[in-house]
Amino acid sequence: MQLQQMYQEIILDHYRQPHGSGLREPYDAETHHVNPTCGDEVTLRVKLDDAAETVVDVSYDTLGCSISQASVSVLNDLVVGRSVADSMRILDAFQEMAQSRGKVEPDEDVLGDGVAFAGVAKYPARVKCALLGWMAFKDAVSRTPAAVSTAAVSTDAVSTDAVSTDAVSTEPGSADRAEKQDQKGPVG
Amino acid sequence: MTAVSAPRVGAGGPGSGVDVARIREDFPILARTVREDRPLVYLDSGATSQRPRQVLDAEREFLENHNAAVHRGAHQLAEEATDAYESARERIAAFVGAMTHEVVFVKNATEGINLVAYAFGNASVRTGLTEESERFALSPGDEIVVTELEHHANLVPWQELCRRTGATLRWYSVTDDGRIDLDSLELTDRTKVVAFTHQSNVTGAVAPVDELVRRAQAVGALTVLDACQSVPHMPVDLHALGVDYAVFSGHKMLGPSGVGVLWGRSELLQAMPPFLTGGSMIETVRMEATTYAPPPQRFEAGVPMTSQAVGLGAAVDYLRLIGMDAVAAHEAELTRVALDGLRDVPGVRLVGPDNTTERGGAVSFVVDGVHAHDLGQVLDDRGIAIRVGHHCAWPLHRRYGIVATARASFAVYNTVDEAAQLADGIRAAQDFFGVGR
Repeated sequence: MQLQQMYQEIILDHYRQPHGSGLREPYDAETHHVNPTCGDEVTLRVKLDDAAETVVDVSYDTLGCSISQASVSVLNDLVVGRSVADSMRILDAFQEMAQSRGKVEPDEDVLGDGVAFAGVAKYPARVKCALLGWMAFKDAVSRTPAAVSTAAVSTDAVSTDAVSTDAVSTEPGSADRAEKQDQKGPVG
Repeated sequence: MTAVSAPRVGAGGPGSGVDVARIREDFPILARTVREDRPLVYLDSGATSQRPRQVLDAEREFLENHNAAVHRGAHQLAEEATDAYESARERIAAFVGAMTHEVVFVKNATEGINLVAYAFGNASVRTGLTEESERFALSPGDEIVVTELEHHANLVPWQELCRRTGATLRWYSVTDDGRIDLDSLELTDRTKVVAFTHQSNVTGAVAPVDELVRRAQAVGALTVLDACQSVPHMPVDLHALGVDYAVFSGHKMLGPSGVGVLWGRSELLQAMPPFLTGGSMIETVRMEATTYAPPPQRFEAGVPMTSQAVGLGAAVDYLRLIGMDAVAAHEAELTRVALDGLRDVPGVRLVGPDNTTERGGAVSFVVDGVHAHDLGQVLDDRGIAIRVGHHCAWPLHRRYGIVATARASFAVYNTVDEAAQLADGIRAAQDFFGVGR
């Protein structure tokens, strides 16, 4: 049965008991991403350390299907405590796997529980679900004060132009909101 | 000119029910399997319907024998192509109780609504044809009224028109069971347009057209009817409904994609400025200025779709031979079976009326503990195709505080057994995700 290939037990476990869910203070940047085809939403906050080299926390609030919820839970597992550079490498590997239509064999050493999403890659309509939280994370990192000041002088892995908008579109107006939220204002 | 073979109607003829098994033989796609040899159960006709061989054959016959650019050229093929195109217009008009010259071919219903909205916008900036077109002009303080259950296609163009003209958008809210709440809004003498859907693509509710038209006429407002989900499923007589404009799409009524219809009352189309301009829609052209052709050509700039129009003509022939009363009766039975099935499943919440009174066959619902996407995936695994998401009616979903719904929708080729499989699929999803029961 194909259903079990997609909904691996690991995914269902993360869905039922998500790791690190909820929105927490403090944070350096917050993003709100929406999947316009189904209305699923994620609000995600990133906190980096003082040197802006390590991901200290990823907190989030999601409204969505099991795939999108489990995916952001796995994201939390994989990137919290890692360097920003490592997080982006993991993100790239996850995105490559998710968009491969099942042609990329995932590396468990890099992706951990994320390899469970290999089955999702075979369902194009669900790839956006799997990537929703990850794109929100990428966007959030690029909007941290450190990244914004770095982007002014160079383009590196976390520059804004690296944000893919074809995989997950941002809700119109959310960029404005995200900018306001960079100032740590209340969630609109 | 293109021979259309008759669809397979019930033994008793139109009006006495349909022989679904025989109708299904006309739809090759319904015989295929999906996802590891599961028979396809297609419950997504609200998004797009499947097409019978008669439609496919008509398109192919046209392209193999008569294809040419219509309304230009004097050669034989041009004559034949123009005849086929205009014959389709005539039959489609008759199908919805319209006069032939009131039917404008457009790409789809979305384009039809945009055509009206942009024509009103053009009238508003006084680029209109004549003094007659002044009646369509909108100014700050004027009101356009829609409803909270509209498809984005009958909402966003009006939002945009308001933005361009300074008019104000107002809307009827909806009741808890998914109908337009007539008590939620009073029209005023500033209301210029009232746009609403004949049958909701989410809740299935059929609008009280008579009452909405009466109220609009009382304040002198024009009415625009989104008939995408009604024309394919029930008898529709646009003149009898009393509305001023209506739109519907070919691909939702057993016809091709890429063709739809804008219908407008003759005197309104006559007075209305164009939307798209260019070839075909002109009367005389000089370097200094141009005058425009009468409707419907005024609104069909450029070489139009042709095989698609011919295919839509074949689709209305097909539906007419079955009989729209019979189609409506059959789909009401499918809806009843689906609603009965859902009622028996704990944890299912319907978004729309729970009976078949003034209701069509869009059946939307949420299942506690199972997101619509996940439900759709489980059903897909069983071969059942439904729609999941907000169905281009996001404000309606917000109204009910939900992100997404699952929607089953029917067409004349669905069987009672298919409608009944919906509830079984929901139970399977509940088992899979360990909720309910």
